[in-house]
Amino acid sequence: MTVRELTEKLELNILVEGDIDREVTGGYCGDLLSWVMGRAQGGDCWFTVMGNINAIAVSVLADCACIVLCENATLDDDAKNRAEMQGVCVLSSEENAYTLANKLGETI
Amino acid sequence: MNNFKLHFTVPGDDFTRAGEASGSVKKTLKDLGFNPEIIRKVVIALYEAEINLVIHAGGGEIDVEISPESISMVLTDQGPGIPDVALAMKEGYSTAPDNVRSLGFGAGMGLPNIKKYTDEMKIDSTVGVGTTMYLKVITS
Repeated sequence: MTVRELTEKLELNILVEGDIDREVTGGYCGDLLSWVMGRAQGGDCWFTVMGNINAIAVSVLADCACIVLCENATLDDDAKNRAEMQGVCVLSSEENAYTLANKLGETI
Repeated sequence: MNNFKLHFTVPGDDFTRAGEASGSVKKTLKDLGFNPEIIRKVVIALYEAEINLVIHAGGGEIDVEISPESISMVLTDQGPGIPDVALAMKEGYSTAPDNVRSLGFGAGMGLPNIKKYTDEMKIDSTVGVGTTMYLKVITS
């Protein structure tokens, strides 16, 4: 399933389109950046409330398929610019990580 | 392939630029055709070390040497030094201030992550003088 298809199924808002046609192969929930970077797998959809520039760097380095900002957490302007520059897809939802991860689990 | 050498200067206390060195090394390794798992190990370790330079040391220097057999990284700073390296290596131990924690860092995972993702790791640190960290990821 691509990030674009995931966006439709989970009714996510697109904040930065980035590489939206990339394949999603799994999911990871977490807000501590070092923890996430050491454990998220390439191709994961990352559910977090961290919308800062360092989260974008972590997503790139851990090779996540996309970031989903849960509970309408905000994306900083710096982070938005960096995501656009680096082709990182950033999505958002009003739902929490638990609900979204459940839905992801049902779709992949 | 000839050995590749890269050098970066990391400014202190500037979180907007943290990750530039790791991102650049990632791109170089990708362009050179390294295995994605090797690239992941290198960039995770390097990003953690780079963030440490920003948070704790007021910046520093990074030298990376890439050969077909290994990727070696040396990070040097003139920061406060690490009084107890063994304690700093413990998962969950952190001296990061609150403003850094609010950014999502300071979980005490930095040095343990670096150790986990490298094949060799050595820290020389003197309080009041600075720290040099030697890292190596073997490619085969």
